[in-house]
Amino acid sequence: MDGLLNFATVLSLLLIALVLASVRRAHIRVEYSVSWLAGAVVLLVLSRSPRLVEFVAETVGIVDPPVALMLAAGCLFLLVFFRFSVIISKLRDDNVALAQRVAILEYYLRGKRDIAS
Amino acid sequence: MSAVLILVPAFNEEGAVGRVVEEIHAAMPGTPVVVIDDCSRDGTVATALRAGAEILPLPHHLGLGGCVQAGYKLAYERGFDYVIRVDGDGQHDPNDIPRLLDALRTSGCEMVIGSRFIEGKEYTSFSRSLGIQFFRLVLRPILGREVRDPTSGFVGVNRRALEVFSKSFPLEYPEIEALVVLQRKRFRFLEVPCRIRPRTTGRSSITPVKSFYYIVHVLLGVLVNVLRLRPKP
Repeated sequence: MDGLLNFATVLSLLLIALVLASVRRAHIRVEYSVSWLAGAVVLLVLSRSPRLVEFVAETVGIVDPPVALMLAAGCLFLLVFFRFSVIISKLRDDNVALAQRVAILEYYLRGKRDIAS
Repeated sequence: MSAVLILVPAFNEEGAVGRVVEEIHAAMPGTPVVVIDDCSRDGTVATALRAGAEILPLPHHLGLGGCVQAGYKLAYERGFDYVIRVDGDGQHDPNDIPRLLDALRTSGCEMVIGSRFIEGKEYTSFSRSLGIQFFRLVLRPILGREVRDPTSGFVGVNRRALEVFSKSFPLEYPEIEALVVLQRKRFRFLEVPCRIRPRTTGRSSITPVKSFYYIVHVLLGVLVNVLRLRPKP
């Protein structure tokens, strides 16, 4: 199990570094980095606490603790993906409404231009 | 006299949209025609302008539902009482517009659908025919009645439906979901016979590959609309 925990530690540290670097370069906005950072920190804490992983495995009824770790990581990132689906859907709706408004304003503008000319 | 607007959603329909606009002007003299251009890459806008249409130019491609809703929003803002949607590919015969409009005015229904299946059998592709049969079965228990041509885009709406659709309209493949949206509002619809002509230029947006996605997408949209709480009376 140690090998897997070490791998999870490295992975979470890499993820934290990648997200922080992306925020610094303004590739990701701070509000959208929080989910990734929270997920990575939880994974980091779990990977450095074998007892906690065993406790989670026992509580959920999983015989093999590494499976519990992978399951926890999978659930965390599923939640992150779901949150982003909600955000993308909202952005899409806003984008459609804006595009329609721009088209309507352009329509009125053309009408005024035609009258003026 | 109530105000009528004809909306023509078009995407890369340079070859057909000019004739469609001219035919509408011939069938409905003096009625304003707005071509909603879904960011075409060809000469759709220039052709429609030459034919005497006004243009509602979308800044980027939204897909059919977003395109039609932009037209509904404009029509609602400008105070039109009735709107008839005629597709820009030339498959709808503008000579049927007066029939749709009469039905809309006299029946009191919020929506009128131009149906190709009322007066006998009309030619349609095998896959589309299967899809229509399938959605008839799905919609019957939801709407409480049969709808013969649920995928028809040749529709007319009155101001009550216009108000609803300008606020809430399906973004992709809107025809079937729009029926369920109407049903949730307890609005009524009527089908009137019309002729659907074969497409002469361009390509349908629903390719055989997209058909499966279409069915899943529309089914999900219908389900979501059915599950939404009914508005309080």
